[in-house]
Amino acid sequence: MLDCFRDPVYIWEAGEAELKASGLCTPKVIRSLMDKDVRESITAAMDKINKCDADVITLYDSCYPSALKHTADPPIVLYCRGKLERDEVCVAVVGSRRATWYGLDMAKRLSRELAVRGITIVSGLARGVDSQAHKGALEGGGRTIAVLGCGVDRAYPPENRELMNKVMENGAVISEYLPGTEPVPYNFPARNRIISGLSRGVAVVEASERSGSLITADFALEQGRDVYAVPGNINSAYSTGTNRLIREGAKIVTGVGDIIEELNLEMTSENLNYSAKKSAGFNLSGDEKSIAQRLMSGPVHIDSIARDCGLSIAAVSSVLVMLELSGFVEQLPGKFYKLTE
Amino acid sequence: MYSKIKSCGLMGIDGYIVEVETDISSGIPAFDIVGLGDTAIREARERVRSAIKNSGFEFPIRRITMNLAPANLKKEGSSFDLAISLGILASTGIIEHSSLQRSMFIGELALNGCVKPVKGVLPMAVCAVQNGIRYLFLPEANAREASVVRELHIVPVKELKETVSILSGESEIVPFVDTAFDDEDTDGGYTEDFADVKGQENVKRALEVAASGGHNCLMLGSPGCGKTMLARRLPTILPSMTFEEALEVTKIHSIAGILPPGLPLVKARPFRSPHHTISDTGLVGGGSIPRPGEISLAHYGVLFLDELPEFSKKSLESLRQPLEDGVITITRVNATLTYPARTTLICAANPCRCGKFLDPSGQCTCTPGQIQQYIGKMSGPLLDRMDIHIEVSPVKYKDLDSNGPVESSAVIRERVEGARRVQLERYKGMSIYSNSQLQPAMFAKFCRLDSKCRDIMKNVFDRLGMSARAHGRILKVARTIADMDRSEEIKPVHLTEAIQYRSLDRKIWNI
Ligand SMILES: Nc1ncnc2c1ncn2[C@@H]1O[C@H](COP(=O)(O)OP(=O)(O)OP(=O)(O)O)[C@@H](O)[C@H]1O
Ligand SMILES: [Zn+2]
Repeated sequence: MLDCFRDPVYIWEAGEAELKASGLCTPKVIRSLMDKDVRESITAAMDKINKCDADVITLYDSCYPSALKHTADPPIVLYCRGKLERDEVCVAVVGSRRATWYGLDMAKRLSRELAVRGITIVSGLARGVDSQAHKGALEGGGRTIAVLGCGVDRAYPPENRELMNKVMENGAVISEYLPGTEPVPYNFPARNRIISGLSRGVAVVEASERSGSLITADFALEQGRDVYAVPGNINSAYSTGTNRLIREGAKIVTGVGDIIEELNLEMTSENLNYSAKKSAGFNLSGDEKSIAQRLMSGPVHIDSIARDCGLSIAAVSSVLVMLELSGFVEQLPGKFYKLTE
Repeated sequence: MYSKIKSCGLMGIDGYIVEVETDISSGIPAFDIVGLGDTAIREARERVRSAIKNSGFEFPIRRITMNLAPANLKKEGSSFDLAISLGILASTGIIEHSSLQRSMFIGELALNGCVKPVKGVLPMAVCAVQNGIRYLFLPEANAREASVVRELHIVPVKELKETVSILSGESEIVPFVDTAFDDEDTDGGYTEDFADVKGQENVKRALEVAASGGHNCLMLGSPGCGKTMLARRLPTILPSMTFEEALEVTKIHSIAGILPPGLPLVKARPFRSPHHTISDTGLVGGGSIPRPGEISLAHYGVLFLDELPEFSKKSLESLRQPLEDGVITITRVNATLTYPARTTLICAANPCRCGKFLDPSGQCTCTPGQIQQYIGKMSGPLLDRMDIHIEVSPVKYKDLDSNGPVESSAVIRERVEGARRVQLERYKGMSIYSNSQLQPAMFAKFCRLDSKCRDIMKNVFDRLGMSARAHGRILKVARTIADMDRSEEIKPVHLTEAIQYRSLDRKIWNI
């Protein structure tokens, strides 16, 4: 039917006679299309769509993501707030909602480094790893897509409203569910097929044995996507899922390079030089320089910095705060410091 | 016959004169003690009766009435035994009345007539001097404790019989003179020293800042990383106590009966670390027989609460007011007591449930939610009083093994004393004496920030995601760091270092 009318709007606006003439509809379908209640509920839905300013993208639209289109079970309609780009290279970064500091840090870092290289980060806007993935992409100045299990007019979880707005500005928030749809648990597994379907690969950062992100990984395999997993402490209950994925053949991720390698992308030098460009903008004093030098090789404890740079703790404490304020270094738990990536 | 003899009662940490009046008249034999005595005093009748008999004197079979004046104050304990028995012996003419002039008698009696030690002798001795007493008769075991008070003849006695023979002039008074006390060593005689702690440079610096400004601290770190060891050494870098301060501490410890034997004056600043199962009264003082609590025992010293989240919310709440006021007030039916409670509070806690959040091993398996919940358990009025947050990581084996030069407590203490002098000078004539007591209204005067510092401060809140409650704490600590540097103004270096000590207000605890 869509093939004939090309756009649902034409079906909608067509009269009874027209539909009959097309010969594509049984009388029952025509009756239901013309039914008053049905028409009213559809009008209400249209209102909601208009209200949140969502685009309606059907499978037949040219802007429907092609990667998703060629999966086994693509959604007929995507409601989209923000902008989807043609042929963007997407990687999904997913994981537990309840994640450890390690998992959150890895999610953010990985996403940021991928985004810096021009890769769009897809995730589910959930608490924990998902949120960090979006944040990382935004920090890296890249694009990111959030796939929701509820209507795109809903901020779920509510504390992510602000993050959702940022994602819309720098990518898109999409869903196959009508605006107004409540976040009900059984929608979430189904939306995971969209996350993997959009992406060239799915990176699972931290997942316990029963994490929903493992469903995404399963979809990814069915859809012929790569599955990457970030290894975790073998004693940690929060990493049993990811570690099992690795045992079962997922590609182990110890750095962004492992994903880039697999994607076979031509990296432009401009992208790669992001960090270098950033640091050139800083005007470092003598002490700042020597501390920065000391941090080149990775995180260092404040006591070691002081000792190795021959400075007092008081001086180092003060300089580190200044470096932190200028965004050059970052403090880790336990008074360890590292250069901002 | 009537007699009057002086003893001493305790109210808070001060003594007051109690006159023990005895009247013996003919009539049905009886022995009554009036004047708001407690059970111990009622039972004194039996101890006194036996002690008198077993000392070879006759106990009068007549009507004995005793009054402990002033009659409106509640009196406690067994320290009136000696005075009560002497009152009876004076009334029956065994002792000359005149020999009791200008003397005070303290001591518990055993049934065999031995004089046993009591608590709170020091404040009693102070009270004696203030009331013009010349001779203080007291249990031999308490003599050294009282000898701190100089203008008094201390007469240690072993038994009732000996006391009587001194009073009747048969034996000579040999006033107690403590020779050991004359040494002028003021370093407190600590057995611990900061030099024992290997590595942990930034923690030591933070503790020096805390000592310099009298700031309360919170230490976070995994079990066994050395939190207790570090906290225990804070008293060793606090300024040496003046004689008056030492006397006050000794008085409190005397009342609590925790003076170590052979130590007349407590010169070391106290370090108290009550277990988290302690009762509220144990912590702040009070009870049916009022006793100073741990916070008062830590007066002029350090109160250390290890495993802070394990303490009950209620007992932590009860600490709030005394910490603020420097005294604890206990209201009783017919009197209000105060115990001093001016202490530096150090709390220690694991950073998270598994304890490893701050360790470089990266083995912490807690979610941010769990970490927040864990830290949240501590938050509340007490956490808001912590000026300095210290993150303690375990030292590396390499550091533990090293023998590099480390600063001793004495060297650090000298610097601390310098910084304290600056504060005493600045706050002269005001109600405060250290930066930790600065009130928000005083910030404008004493913690002014120039435009450069203001920029930094603004940046801190924007970029590091610090919470606003950190603001005042940062100002106070920055003031202390400036004082350590002898700088009139707070400069950016001072401010930025102060910002380091607000770990819990940072984003990493709050992803
Ligand atoms: N920096 C250090 N230098 C020398 N010895 C240390 C150091 N850190 C720890 N130790 C040793 O380890 C022991 C354990 O330290 P401590 O009891 O202070 O740990 P803790 O952090 O208080 O643990 P907890 O609060 O769980 O009891 C100390 O008694 C000391 O012998
Ligand atoms: Zn933990």
